[in-house]
Amino acid sequence: MEKHLYTLIVHSEHMAGLLNQVTAVFTRRQINIESLNVSPSSIEGIHRYTITAVADEDTIAKVTLQIAKKVDVLQASYFLEDEIFMQEIALYKLSTPLLMANPEICEIIRRNDAPIIETNPVYTVVEKAGRTAETEQLRRDLSTFDCLLQYVNSGRIAVTRSSEEHLTEFLKTLNQ
Amino acid sequence: MKKRITGAEALMQALIHEGVTTIFGYPGGGIMPVFDALYDHREDFRQVLVRHEQGAAHAAQGYARSSGQVGVCLVTSGPGATNTITGISDAMLDSTPIVVISGQVGAAALGTDAFQEVDFVCITQPICKWSYQIRRAEDIAWAVARAFYIAANGRPGPVVLDFAKNAQTTMVDFEPASLPIQRGFIPVPQPSDDAIRRAAALIDNAERPLLLAGQGIELAGAQEELKQFVEKTGIPVGCTLLGLSTLPSGHPLRQGMLGMHGNLAPNVKTNECDVLIAVGMRFDDRVTGRLATYARQAKVIHLDIDPSEIGKNVPVDVAVTGDCKETLARLTKAVHPAEHKEWVESFAIYHTMEDERVVRPAIHPAEGPLKMGEVARRVSEATADSAILVTDVGQNQMMSARYFRYTRPRSIITSGGLGTMGFGLPAAIGATFGAPERTVCLFVGDGGIQMNLQELGTIMESGAPVKIILLNNNYLGNVRQWQELFFNHRYSCTPMMNPNYELIASAYGIPSRTVAARADLDDAIHEMLTSSGAFLLQVAVEEEENVMPMTPPGADVDHMLPFIDSSTPTEQWKSTFIH
Repeated sequence: MEKHLYTLIVHSEHMAGLLNQVTAVFTRRQINIESLNVSPSSIEGIHRYTITAVADEDTIAKVTLQIAKKVDVLQASYFLEDEIFMQEIALYKLSTPLLMANPEICEIIRRNDAPIIETNPVYTVVEKAGRTAETEQLRRDLSTFDCLLQYVNSGRIAVTRSSEEHLTEFLKTLNQ
Repeated sequence: MKKRITGAEALMQALIHEGVTTIFGYPGGGIMPVFDALYDHREDFRQVLVRHEQGAAHAAQGYARSSGQVGVCLVTSGPGATNTITGISDAMLDSTPIVVISGQVGAAALGTDAFQEVDFVCITQPICKWSYQIRRAEDIAWAVARAFYIAANGRPGPVVLDFAKNAQTTMVDFEPASLPIQRGFIPVPQPSDDAIRRAAALIDNAERPLLLAGQGIELAGAQEELKQFVEKTGIPVGCTLLGLSTLPSGHPLRQGMLGMHGNLAPNVKTNECDVLIAVGMRFDDRVTGRLATYARQAKVIHLDIDPSEIGKNVPVDVAVTGDCKETLARLTKAVHPAEHKEWVESFAIYHTMEDERVVRPAIHPAEGPLKMGEVARRVSEATADSAILVTDVGQNQMMSARYFRYTRPRSIITSGGLGTMGFGLPAAIGATFGAPERTVCLFVGDGGIQMNLQELGTIMESGAPVKIILLNNNYLGNVRQWQELFFNHRYSCTPMMNPNYELIASAYGIPSRTVAARADLDDAIHEMLTSSGAFLLQVAVEEEENVMPMTPPGADVDHMLPFIDSSTPTEQWKSTFIH
């Protein structure tokens, strides 16, 4: 079966140890997690995980069901790229002397609409929000100048394109 | 009305509130305040002091499997806790509701590598339904209520409560908790009307339907619903190992056991049926054999309470998620009455083949040493086929499961998923507490009995009336069988020197007898069953007997020895074994 990059969106109670249980489902099947983000959700007390992983659909469907089965996980679903709006943020720490010496670097930063959030004589920090391909391209471009001191990526965050809010519906049916 | 009591006493009150009557346990430093509180509740609980914590976990399993109630196990921190891990894993794979309460160092010492500290929550998270550390006495009411609710509801399973020592000793205003809806744990999914309709349509149009009955039916208490469904539809039934007592032996539609050492007919027919209805079973590889060729011709309907089982191993055409007591009843209403006379009769030829070549030689041998199968059948008959069969793991398990007969629900307790040697003896002890009105017969090999032999001490002290049938062949028989068949007779570490079991039994004050001659067997069984308490019947059985028929691992489900000649292995046999 063909492999794709899938995005899993998982909602859970805010309980210690749950992250472990969610990631263990991937570990058991030897699937690498490409990115992982944990944050509050729109509903008080419910946390939201955005996880990306490369797998075939059969496997990712089983992984999703096994995550959903965990006590205190409320819902788990998987999506392809065209089913979600996604974004991530990356920070690039650059050497200021190299930046000064290479006008091309400044040009790349401007082309990317990437704001500079700190600069001093030693280093400069640039921020870029966008899709994986965009933040990754900027990293590759900057790397060619050997000026990149540090790079970090927040990992993907995503919301669904669907007009239905499954979690809200689920909580409503519970209250009835 | 809240009472101000210690955390340990609060645990006692919470257990009483949950209806707990029996606790299998072993004390130690990390759980002493709880055992101290238990001293005041000797009237409220039967306290069974095991001889090793693994025994406590398996005994709790045996209790749960025989009674349908949650089994409770109480152990200390560190090694006490880790010794229960095999039982917790076993309960997870076999969907057995147990609650393991372990001691833990005080909250202030957590993470410091304190004496007998182990991160038990992290260790057990992958092998149980829910694992929770009680760090404050205020959490006891909620945590205990939730633990029992989760263990018993939905697909049952093990729950761990790791009880920090400070929470055992601090005072708390306690009253038992009633649990609000747990939005993160919806135990029973609701099947759609559409799923029932589509399943019924497939069943109504089926010409060669076959039903696979699993333990889910026992867990749901749906034995009667199963019977009504198959009697209305005329559908033949194959049982999984754990589902053997879901439909009584001798029922005209019951076609025997599925899988590796199951019966020939239901295995062959799995690959001939046009609609396969799986109920409360999970298509374990020991049932399916090679998945690529398993029931490919059939439309598959899967009734299960656990949505993550749907399509996990076998693609499913119609999923009916829910409690099978309800879904089977709804299906029975939705389908038309039918008979599949010709189809059911077509099983007979395979039963005849198996009878002639395997069953009769196994249970009615004319001469030679005693055979495992004949012992199992004689014991079953001597109990009017109404005993609870508890088995260990290996040849003793397969032979007794095959040749015992079942007339009552919840009559087989065996380690199916994990295949835990050493399970039998403590599980049988637990079963005598869970079903005190029934005879509990344990079949165990000379390998498995030694894995938890210390539990004879528990029998001595508690008086648990376990009828132990020790099938002694001086080998680790199942592994030896594989070595014979697949590893060119190279008996690596399988011949085993045995102790004098009668001397051991007598040291524990357990009456015993050894039988080697066929003529003495019935009398010895009679002596065992009429003795008032526990009894050890050692049977010297044929040393190199093989469990047949057999689907070799990885082979097609209908590809069973000895009906397929093993000297001409198929391609997949070669890839599995010759390398």
